[in-house]
Amino acid sequence: MPMKNKEPRFYISKRADADRRTAWTIRIIAIVISLIVCGIVTMICTGDNPISIFATIFKGAFGTQRKAWITLQYVAVLLIISLALTPAFKMQFWNVGGEGQVLMGGLSAAACMITLENKLPNAVVILLMIVTSLLAGAIWGVIPAIFKALWNTNETLSTLMMNYIATQLVAFFTIVWEVPKGSGKIGIINQNSNIGWLPNIGNKYLLSILVAIIVTAGMYVYLKYTKQGYEISVVGESLNTARYVGIMVEKVIVRTMILSGALCGLAGLLLVGGINHTITTTITNGQGFTAVMVSWLAKFHPIGMIFTSLLIIFMDRGASEISTAFELNQSFADILTGIILFFIIGCEFFIRYEVRFRKDSGKENA
Amino acid sequence: MNNNEIAVSLRNITKTFVGTVLANNNVNLDIKKGEILSLLGENGSGKTTLMNMLSGIYHPDAGQIIINGKEVTINSPRDAFALGIGMVHQHFKLIDIFNATENIVLGLDGKLNLADAEKKIKAICDKYGFEINTNKKIYDMSVSEKQTVEIVKVLFRGAEILILDEPTAVLTPQETEHLFQVMRNMKEDGKSIVIITHKLNEIQSISDRVAVLRQGEFIGDMKTSDSTIKEMTDMMVGHAVSLNIDRPEPVDPQPRIKVENLTVLDEEGVVKLDNVSFTANRGEILGIAGISGCGQKELLRAIAGLEIVKEGKITYIHRDGRTEELLGMSPREISELGVKLSFVPEDRLGMGLVGNMNIADNMMLRSYRKGSSRFFTDKKTPRDLAEKVVDQLQVATPNLDTPVRQLSGGNVQKVLVGREIASEPRVLLTAYAVRGLDINSSYQIYDLINQQKALGAAVIFVGEDLDVLVELCDRILVLCEGRVTGIVDGRTTDKYTLGSMMTQKGEA
Repeated sequence: MPMKNKEPRFYISKRADADRRTAWTIRIIAIVISLIVCGIVTMICTGDNPISIFATIFKGAFGTQRKAWITLQYVAVLLIISLALTPAFKMQFWNVGGEGQVLMGGLSAAACMITLENKLPNAVVILLMIVTSLLAGAIWGVIPAIFKALWNTNETLSTLMMNYIATQLVAFFTIVWEVPKGSGKIGIINQNSNIGWLPNIGNKYLLSILVAIIVTAGMYVYLKYTKQGYEISVVGESLNTARYVGIMVEKVIVRTMILSGALCGLAGLLLVGGINHTITTTITNGQGFTAVMVSWLAKFHPIGMIFTSLLIIFMDRGASEISTAFELNQSFADILTGIILFFIIGCEFFIRYEVRFRKDSGKENA
Repeated sequence: MNNNEIAVSLRNITKTFVGTVLANNNVNLDIKKGEILSLLGENGSGKTTLMNMLSGIYHPDAGQIIINGKEVTINSPRDAFALGIGMVHQHFKLIDIFNATENIVLGLDGKLNLADAEKKIKAICDKYGFEINTNKKIYDMSVSEKQTVEIVKVLFRGAEILILDEPTAVLTPQETEHLFQVMRNMKEDGKSIVIITHKLNEIQSISDRVAVLRQGEFIGDMKTSDSTIKEMTDMMVGHAVSLNIDRPEPVDPQPRIKVENLTVLDEEGVVKLDNVSFTANRGEILGIAGISGCGQKELLRAIAGLEIVKEGKITYIHRDGRTEELLGMSPREISELGVKLSFVPEDRLGMGLVGNMNIADNMMLRSYRKGSSRFFTDKKTPRDLAEKVVDQLQVATPNLDTPVRQLSGGNVQKVLVGREIASEPRVLLTAYAVRGLDINSSYQIYDLINQQKALGAAVIFVGEDLDVLVELCDRILVLCEGRVTGIVDGRTTDKYTLGSMMTQKGEA
């Protein structure tokens, strides 16, 4: 039985509509708190001064010009993959197959570089790499989409399973193309001829960054101002409404996944042709999954994703710097990233709900 | 049972939601023992909020709740149950894959004993006259059966005070009558019942007393036996309103849509429409009457190009006599033929609109394909239309960027109807256009429909309130289990004729 005056101290209620400013204030507070908690945890565990640890994190990501460029390049690749997944997510098509789509794009690029080295001029090879890697990513994305459109299969499972197929394909071709024989690795492709190496613009990092900027702007416009982008939103919000206004839902699903897969393929092209000049099964480094988080954290907003991908890469790079500088192992870096993500994701609760402390309930009989 | 003992007393209850107006302002309300109290008010007048505070969903910002003379604090539905208060919400809160018994005992403390529970449920059913199949899964149940489970669930927990939020909105006249009988039995047993409803004749037939809320404030209460529908409406709206629905004579009615031998099966092969034929004329409102689920939905969906039809013909007749066959066309192809067909579906937020989009983006649903560019959307035209709709139909919204799901039911419907009539439709299909709407909004919708009729549209109006059908429609087609039992003249028929046609199978 509830007793008199046993009123709760606070209430949780849904916010009518959190405006942007409140939302960002809450997010910034969350990040500050997370940094403080990280500092405390570090101090307790290591006895080191938290300020110097933060300084090290920053140094790890932006300490030298080279480090800064590499950080930005990482951001660029992660951002492209996140943007690629976004139209699918907006359509409520849970494409967790970014890994596979990126790998297939990379594999096609590598295939062109290896097999066409001495047969075609460099420009033609690069052109073919672009076409085939986009196409390969698109095919990897569209297969689950067709299944979904025709038989309403669960896309989470099928996109996920396609990842393993892609990994195995890469593993297979690694053996086919291994250099030297028996090493189990492909090594740097066309090290002498540089055939199929994407051209440097300014320096070797800038190309990916430029591509990322273009893709971000393009995706922003696509989702917000085009008819196709509008159709994606309607299909994502309500299939019934989409059918009611005559949108061909199946067509939209397939079309969107072609786009999503092709952009993943583009990321694969950059990784193989522009950055690593080789291919391994782990070349994506799990970014196909990290991108899911980047996209969600930004609420599928392309501009927001610049910040969320930067944050994640920044922490990742900074954390590995801590591990080396303070002779801690990589796990400590993971702990710090975990703490920060906990706060960033957790603060969404306070954006959607508000906690109000109860004032004295104004007992009447005044 | 007419003692005047007070079961619940609400004193100076105030509740504000962030960013909105006062939902309840200083409300004082008494619920007596053994009475049926109707709570009346327009959409957004704070009826449901007030009752939610009594049932522990919300907590008042200020004020007191006194139950049986003792001040109490209700922090959760659990607290409310402990105090003998139970609420049946408008949207049922049942688990589809559980059966009735499992749903009823769900969340109770103590050992799970389904056999005992079933006995107790049987006892409750016998006592008050419910009919319930305790082993039936919720997903197999009709709306009325689900509602019964909800009410029994509340009684099972020992509720002495029952709150029913718009219980009749989804019921047929027969089911409503049965519910009322059960409510009378509960009242005989000394229970207090609060019923929220918009249907004034129901208030008259079931309740002892009616309390009126307007814009979150308590306006007054009166004995139902001493008040007329007109008085109740005036009190609710705050000024005198006319309760007559216009029915202008049709101008130059010519056939516009001809449906012949239409047969529709659902996915399981059950016949939903059986050999349905009729003609809808321009400048006329054709009403469709029938118990819910008798094929009304399929009929409208078939005309709109959303239903897979087994056989039949749906012909659209242009003014100059040219005809188009609509069957087998998608909504998009129909609009590309130049047939201006508008459809106000039953499920407003799930089908007619996108709840998370704002008013302007919802306007765009119909027009986004148009516009000069092949690739880009034209954002300005829908925004202008949104402004016009908000202005002309007096949609209450903070601004044009508010997601429509945050609007009240009546305003959502105005947005939807506003968009559908904006294209000057030649055919206007409406399904339960005033369901859940208050008197004021309902009359606005009738006016809009009449305007379209005057402009020469063929209106097909699927309705559930027979009084409205008889007053508004020029002709009324009655469906019973997918068959047409007859088409009658709205000016000469009455609701009893319709009622009996609704329950007999067509002889044709």
